[in-house]
Amino acid sequence: MHTQWEAVIGLEIHTQLATQSKIFSGAATAYGAEPNTQACAVDLGLPGVLPVLNQEAVRMAVTFGLAIDAEIAPQSVFARKNYFYPDLPKGYQISQYELPIVGKGHLDIEVDGQSKRIGVTRAHLEEDAGKSLHEDFHGLSGIDLNRAGTPLLEIVSDPDLRSAKEAVAYMRKLHELVRYLEICDGNMQEGSFRCDANVSVRPKGQAEYGTRVEIKNINSFKFVEKAINHEIERHIDVLESGGKIVQETRLYDANKDETRSMRSKEEANDYRYFPDPDLLPVVVTEELKQQILATLPELPEAKKQRFAAQYGLDAETAATLTSSRELADYYENLVKLSGCEAKLCGNWVCGDLLGALNKAGLEISQCPVQSERLAGLLKRIADNTISGKIGKQVFDKLWNSTLSADEIIEQEGLVQITDTAAIEAIIDAIIAANPGQVEQYRAGKDKVFGFFVGQAMKQTQGKANPDEVNKILRAKLSN
Amino acid sequence: MSLTATDVKKIAYLARLGIAEQDIEHYAQDLSGILDLMTQMGQLDTQGVQPMSHPLDQTQRLRPDQVTETDQRGNFQLIAPQTEAGLYLVPKVIE
Repeated sequence: MHTQWEAVIGLEIHTQLATQSKIFSGAATAYGAEPNTQACAVDLGLPGVLPVLNQEAVRMAVTFGLAIDAEIAPQSVFARKNYFYPDLPKGYQISQYELPIVGKGHLDIEVDGQSKRIGVTRAHLEEDAGKSLHEDFHGLSGIDLNRAGTPLLEIVSDPDLRSAKEAVAYMRKLHELVRYLEICDGNMQEGSFRCDANVSVRPKGQAEYGTRVEIKNINSFKFVEKAINHEIERHIDVLESGGKIVQETRLYDANKDETRSMRSKEEANDYRYFPDPDLLPVVVTEELKQQILATLPELPEAKKQRFAAQYGLDAETAATLTSSRELADYYENLVKLSGCEAKLCGNWVCGDLLGALNKAGLEISQCPVQSERLAGLLKRIADNTISGKIGKQVFDKLWNSTLSADEIIEQEGLVQITDTAAIEAIIDAIIAANPGQVEQYRAGKDKVFGFFVGQAMKQTQGKANPDEVNKILRAKLSN
Repeated sequence: MSLTATDVKKIAYLARLGIAEQDIEHYAQDLSGILDLMTQMGQLDTQGVQPMSHPLDQTQRLRPDQVTETDQRGNFQLIAPQTEAGLYLVPKVIE
């Protein structure tokens, strides 16, 4: 008999906070600068320097805590995590250990239509390390310390996740949230949002956890899912063949779709944390908490519910439209500016607009068709100046130019022909030219009707009002 | 509590300190003495006393989020043993 296995997963997510300067120094955090041009004496760990905490990093951490309904520590403490690596010049990372700034909170995810509450154990502030480049520098490693000292909020989940799918849903939810809160740009290519996963497997029904393995630095949603699934499979294989899982850190190799051992955790884990004597306890007053609470934006879940209710959208459309704050704002602007039916706007945004953005690999913030211009197009569809089909042509032109919809419709002569006499004349000519098809239709071959519609649309370059064409054709053919 | 020679070697390794073999016994005694003092302090009744994380009874001052540092790479790299293409070069480390 096959044992039923259950996976237990917890995620540690490092979000880079979107501050201008570093967490403990006045050096810039901008991405992509020349190596070491944004690494000051504090970031380099030169003797005699002292860290001074960035108030914006504190505000952002508290903002996050309040958004997940977490306890905010009235006093939190920075600690030194000691280890030696060349991209960490001080020999310790300033982090938080026993008293993190954000305590227990939670986040609700949805998987296969089921809602599930995932606990957040804690979130703490810490500094990022620099980058090591192992390309050939004559057998040496190159160190770039621009990233050293960049503020991170490490968000640790409870081991509440039971599948790779749940883990991805949680990660996406968190990604959406930090961008809504504008505390992190969420750019995964640039490493602003990174994930480590703790994975273990146990027989279903067993209360104790199995031995866990940490998978490091999995930097896309796709890889998180693959890496976790791969690791679960590996655990089950080992356990079913009578083996034992070793507690260790593993790296996911996307090219081979496998994880491999990085280092044994027991030795590396001896970080000898202690309170950093260079930093005093951080106090978050009730007053500051209230101030930050008052500035919290409408959160994704609330916005989704409101969109469904206010605009009469189905759950999926509402979820898509509220997947980022920018997209939600775009949509609401479009509804307001076009004065069109909310559903029509929703279909255009979720269909043509997102399709075009995806194809071009662009974010909504980089969209070449601003909501004003799309509103101009939707107005003309709503007032029957053009058909929905011609609308798609106009949209392509909007995308590739800076003209307004009205200018494009005018220039291209796309105004819909609603003049019944004009359409009748065209249809008369088609009927006269195709006596064979007319006979077939009258003999009961209904399919031929489509042929006539096609001809009419072709001869009017799609500009004839389709409803009119249908009506006139039916009338004339049945004579 | 008393530390063994193995403990001392491990602590020295974690801190990347080079210690001479003949000094190990001496370190073990000294460090054990410190730990004994801790044990003695641990016997005090500290119920209701808030743990102290810093000897100064003050709270952290915060700094406005402004970029105040300019690029000093040229100066900093004057004291570096080896640099190339703006990078600090170090003996190769691969995990």
